[in-house]
Amino acid sequence: MTPIDTAPRRRLADREGTLAWIFLMPSVIYILVLVAVPFVLAIGFALSDVTAGDPSFDWVGVRNFERVFEDPVFWRSLGNTFVFTLISMALIIVLGKVLANILVADFRGKWFVRFLVLLPWTTPVALSSISWLWMLDSIFSPIDWVLRQLGLLGGADALIKPDTNMYWLGEPGLAMASVIAVHVWRLTPLAAVIMVAGLVAIPRDLDEAARVDGAGYWRRMFEVTIPLVLPVAAVAALFGAIFTFTDMAVVDVLTNGGPNNATQVLTSWAFFRGIDGGDVGQGAAIALFLFPLLLAAAVAILRAVRRMEV
Amino acid sequence: MTIDVQPDTTAPAALPGAAEAARLRRSYRRRHVLARIGLYVGAILAAFLCAAPFLWSLITAFKQNRDLYNPANNPFLYNRPATSDHVLYLFERTTFTTFAWNTLWVGVLVVAITLLLGLPAAYALARLDRPWAGWFGVVIFLVYLVPPSLLFLSLSRLIVAVGLQDSTWSLVLIYPTITIPVSIWLLIGFLKAVPRDIEEQAMVDGYSRLAAFWRAVVPLTFPGIVAVVVFAFTLTASEFIYALAFVSPTTEKVISTGVPTELVRGDVFFWQSLQAATVLVAIPLAIVFNLFLDRFIAGFTQGAVKG
Repeated sequence: MTPIDTAPRRRLADREGTLAWIFLMPSVIYILVLVAVPFVLAIGFALSDVTAGDPSFDWVGVRNFERVFEDPVFWRSLGNTFVFTLISMALIIVLGKVLANILVADFRGKWFVRFLVLLPWTTPVALSSISWLWMLDSIFSPIDWVLRQLGLLGGADALIKPDTNMYWLGEPGLAMASVIAVHVWRLTPLAAVIMVAGLVAIPRDLDEAARVDGAGYWRRMFEVTIPLVLPVAAVAALFGAIFTFTDMAVVDVLTNGGPNNATQVLTSWAFFRGIDGGDVGQGAAIALFLFPLLLAAAVAILRAVRRMEV
Repeated sequence: MTIDVQPDTTAPAALPGAAEAARLRRSYRRRHVLARIGLYVGAILAAFLCAAPFLWSLITAFKQNRDLYNPANNPFLYNRPATSDHVLYLFERTTFTTFAWNTLWVGVLVVAITLLLGLPAAYALARLDRPWAGWFGVVIFLVYLVPPSLLFLSLSRLIVAVGLQDSTWSLVLIYPTITIPVSIWLLIGFLKAVPRDIEEQAMVDGYSRLAAFWRAVVPLTFPGIVAVVVFAFTLTASEFIYALAFVSPTTEKVISTGVPTELVRGDVFFWQSLQAATVLVAIPLAIVFNLFLDRFIAGFTQGAVKG
């Protein structure tokens, strides 16, 4: 039933207060039922002993949390989640700003460049991760081939190491760097698009006034452009942070948490425990750890939005 | 980094001496040329970095096995003649077309539900002058930030409870929770851009508020609505966690979960077919999105700044 059909009489269709509620209610109910209810349910699961095999609901208090805390893999995942998010966010913001500067300019072939730049973001993340999986293959990686041709890899006098391959996803440090690189590659275009929106919104005359007053490029950049773009950049940063923080597709496809949990993040660990392992209570307890951090992000967004409205 | 978009044209006027002026002009022109070169180098570099994995996929997709699996071969060239066998395999021997079809109809239904619920809600928040519209809009935007990873466990129990487990329909039910909040946010921006006079004129002409919305405002917002459709569809096609958690039979899967799970048999990767699938999905989505990018940026600006 569409809200448009729900106005039986002309008088009702003209009363704005009622109409506003009729228009809003379907969305609100949908979100309450399918977001708010599962959220409360997740808290309930975290405090119960529900498993895939035994769905009966028994209160166990904080025992799930105790078991989660005893597990060193949990702490490793928590640390990894922070490392991933902070490093990729910093890179995404810096590279996003550079890319945004390119995208607002006019040049020949812009349409084609924009098309190529959008690819990482519009492609379903599971598929682009597969592309990367092949690119970082332990034997046939073309990056390794180039390094071998340059004499950096393979042979006794090679600069990096004598092995013929880097094993991008096999070494803990490299695996971590690879996952971060894929996140940055995937989300930088989105951050750039959001920042283009911010750049376009800056009144041109402000920049020109600063120019007339004799401000150089860097001075204008730091004292006019960046302060004005800051709120939108904050939004872009939070989008990036939340996407990175809660994503598991890249980790799942590239490393599946390995080698030896070196790239395990909270979401993939919760999935592994809750769905693959069937221990719903523990999975929910792990997933709930995302919440305080997301709440902090939400507060930050609210502040940014308020600053924009001033 | 130092890409100066605007060429410096504000040469200081009234300088003593024509030679001095000519020198300054030369220096500005040189700076302008350098800025243009920097811009083109930056643009080409960015395009290459973004597209590199897809180029590699494209090369791989047409390679013969004996060419592909020889580490001594130059991986960027065809050392043996190119073959379309693996691309044909993707269509004839795998369920790729089923995945594509599932993604398509799920996306279309989700977009329809999103617009049906989101458009009136956005109108209520943008135009019906309720005092609570401002913070209500913020709350709705915050819902977008509640990630699937927090909800998938309890939602999967909910899906079982309503009997939709292992069915593509579960995704039709759940995906609007992702697309509705962000669409409302974007639509508010587009709706605010429509001048109020238009509805007022329509109402003077005898339309009810409802009819004014439906007959006058919606047609004017149409380009914005199309941008929202494209954005929501892209979000739906990319979703991974819910699709992985809710649906396991092969024929019910969508592209983002079907391709990685069905084209990988244990340790055996059908690399060429996998890469062909990636390219075949990536290119149309990016082209369509590129067509509506300017609209999308406009919606983002209006929703955010004038929200």
